[in-house]
Amino acid sequence: MNIEITFETITFAIFGVLTLAGGIGVVTTRNLIHAALYLIVSLFGVAGIFILLAAPFLAAIQVLVYIGAIAILIIFGVMLTRGMTHLPERFNRQGGLAAVVVIGGFVVLLVGVILPVWGPNGAVAAEAQPIFMTTRDLGIALVDKEQFVLPFEVASVLLTAAMVGAIAIARDDESRD
Amino acid sequence: MSEFDTLASYLSVAPEIGLTILLLIVLAFSVARREVERAAVPYIAGFGMIALAALPLIFAPGDANSTIPEGLYWGGMIRYDVLAQVFRVMILLAGGITALMASGVRGVGRRGEFYIVIIVATLGMSLMSASADLVMVFVALETTSIPLYILAAFKRDDTRSAESGIKYFLFGSFASAIMLYGLSLLYGFTGQTNIYQLAAFMGSDAFANNLVPVLASMVLVVVGFGFKVSAVPFHFWTPDVYEGAPTPVTGYVSVASKAASFALLVRFFVAVYPETLALSGESLQNFWIQLMAVFAVLSMTLGNVLALSQKNIKRLLAYSSIAQAGYTLIGVAAIQSQELSIASVGFYMFMYTFTNLAAFTVVILFSEATGSETIADLAGLNRRSPWLALAMTIALLSLAGIPPTAGFFGKFFVFNAAVRSGLTWLAVVGVLNAIVALYYYLVVIKVMYVDRSEDEDKPIPVGRQYVWVLWATSLIVIVLGTVGAQTVYDWAARGAMGLFT
Repeated sequence: MNIEITFETITFAIFGVLTLAGGIGVVTTRNLIHAALYLIVSLFGVAGIFILLAAPFLAAIQVLVYIGAIAILIIFGVMLTRGMTHLPERFNRQGGLAAVVVIGGFVVLLVGVILPVWGPNGAVAAEAQPIFMTTRDLGIALVDKEQFVLPFEVASVLLTAAMVGAIAIARDDESRD
Repeated sequence: MSEFDTLASYLSVAPEIGLTILLLIVLAFSVARREVERAAVPYIAGFGMIALAALPLIFAPGDANSTIPEGLYWGGMIRYDVLAQVFRVMILLAGGITALMASGVRGVGRRGEFYIVIIVATLGMSLMSASADLVMVFVALETTSIPLYILAAFKRDDTRSAESGIKYFLFGSFASAIMLYGLSLLYGFTGQTNIYQLAAFMGSDAFANNLVPVLASMVLVVVGFGFKVSAVPFHFWTPDVYEGAPTPVTGYVSVASKAASFALLVRFFVAVYPETLALSGESLQNFWIQLMAVFAVLSMTLGNVLALSQKNIKRLLAYSSIAQAGYTLIGVAAIQSQELSIASVGFYMFMYTFTNLAAFTVVILFSEATGSETIADLAGLNRRSPWLALAMTIALLSLAGIPPTAGFFGKFFVFNAAVRSGLTWLAVVGVLNAIVALYYYLVVIKVMYVDRSEDEDKPIPVGRQYVWVLWATSLIVIVLGTVGAQTVYDWAARGAMGLFT
């Protein structure tokens, strides 16, 4: 197994490090604002990996929605609930054990796939083809009746219910009986 | 799949389309200006869903020459067959009955949003029972779960309800994430999302030495299902959520969500890990039969033993529902008896739906009238409201599996399937558990009929819609336990046969 050092591998390494380091930062820091900022770093790394995977649309969505909207919402949420930003107490006492189990499982999967202990037994089913999914392809897939129109429509119904439900739970209830 | 058949495709999701329309109607009525129109919302939602339960029967899946042939629709997203039909009917009826049950409950009964969210949860469950694609499976699961989290937390000013919602949400999203990891592993192995094509790829020679990763994916998926059906050891959320959630929601979660999950569970495992699939010489079916058998034993035993010491009727029914999931898992584990197994699961869920809804209706009426959910306070219920006590007795006897109620045949079919597939020991464990369970069900009956209380001259007020619900559910339980058992079982068996072809 030899790894060529190309522009691609270097980029991948950079984005991979960003993603992982951000993720580690999220779970280790005691400050929620810092955690939210680390989350942005991690999400940015994922966006870069999407670009390497030839999915520029997903990368753009990742930046716009996750970094632009969700992370900002989280920061707002944290700032509005001041009491939560500095938690002196540790709630999870099994953190170390959980980390060992998860890392163990991950390493087993990783080694198994890379070596390969598991994998398509030499007889690779089909050579991966360079697919460039454009926004247009994605849009068609979402509304094509032979593809994903049903889950797509159901997701919109789900979002309606989630919105209605969120308002029902969160609002001050003036019409209580 | 051949050409896109527009008519059949639309008819195959007729209940979902109907539910979406019903959702819009309820939305319009719940923002209406006049009080009388808003008051009609529970009835529109309830009777609407009950009426929609006729759709799967009218547009029944048939052979290749019928209007809607059995098979995959919408690009393989769903498979419309008799099994989907069976579960859709029971889910829609459960949704309708829940809406009627909720109509008189303080804090939720008069709020239109409650019914909107219930309708969407029903839509998700209805799709779950037919999903045939990993994408659809996950979207349907979330369309079920997220509304249920909201429903559990619906009584905002009640801290127990808020706790219940948060707990359900945390456990639920964790289980969903684990299951999603399993599903994405399956997709990663095969490059397929349709569950009917996964097995073919995994069975090919190119894939033969990948036993461990496939088992890992199976375990991850099982965790997700275990949570949804509240099987031990994924049951921790059940008692707290059941106790804290508004009672109609508890009833709904305990039956409809469980039924839909079992529908998906049997479809998924029969399709993805079929009998013929073997990796490294190990039949994968054996693994999941053993998993299911272990879960069944644990769920039955722990559920029944913990139920013995409960003081709160909702917690008792929560542990009882864990045990009932265990009995149903016996049916799943008995998969080697082919259609016997799946038909028994279908019948068990069918009768359990109506039994548990009847029990929860009585709990609602009692706690709305007295504000108490303690078993000891049920004392003298027979003298306060004899019909209520009778309905509760029928429900409890059915849960315990005593003839002439439906629970007897439910257990009979499940144990029968276990014996036929060579799992006699599992059936024996089931029978022993049923005897333990009989004790705590009978204690409740004894409290209602024998114990005296000071409030015996105060009858429990029963609204008109509750009279209908109690009559309907009790009658169905009795009919399923006598003349109707064979019909429903045969129907479920036809559905089961469709899975193996």
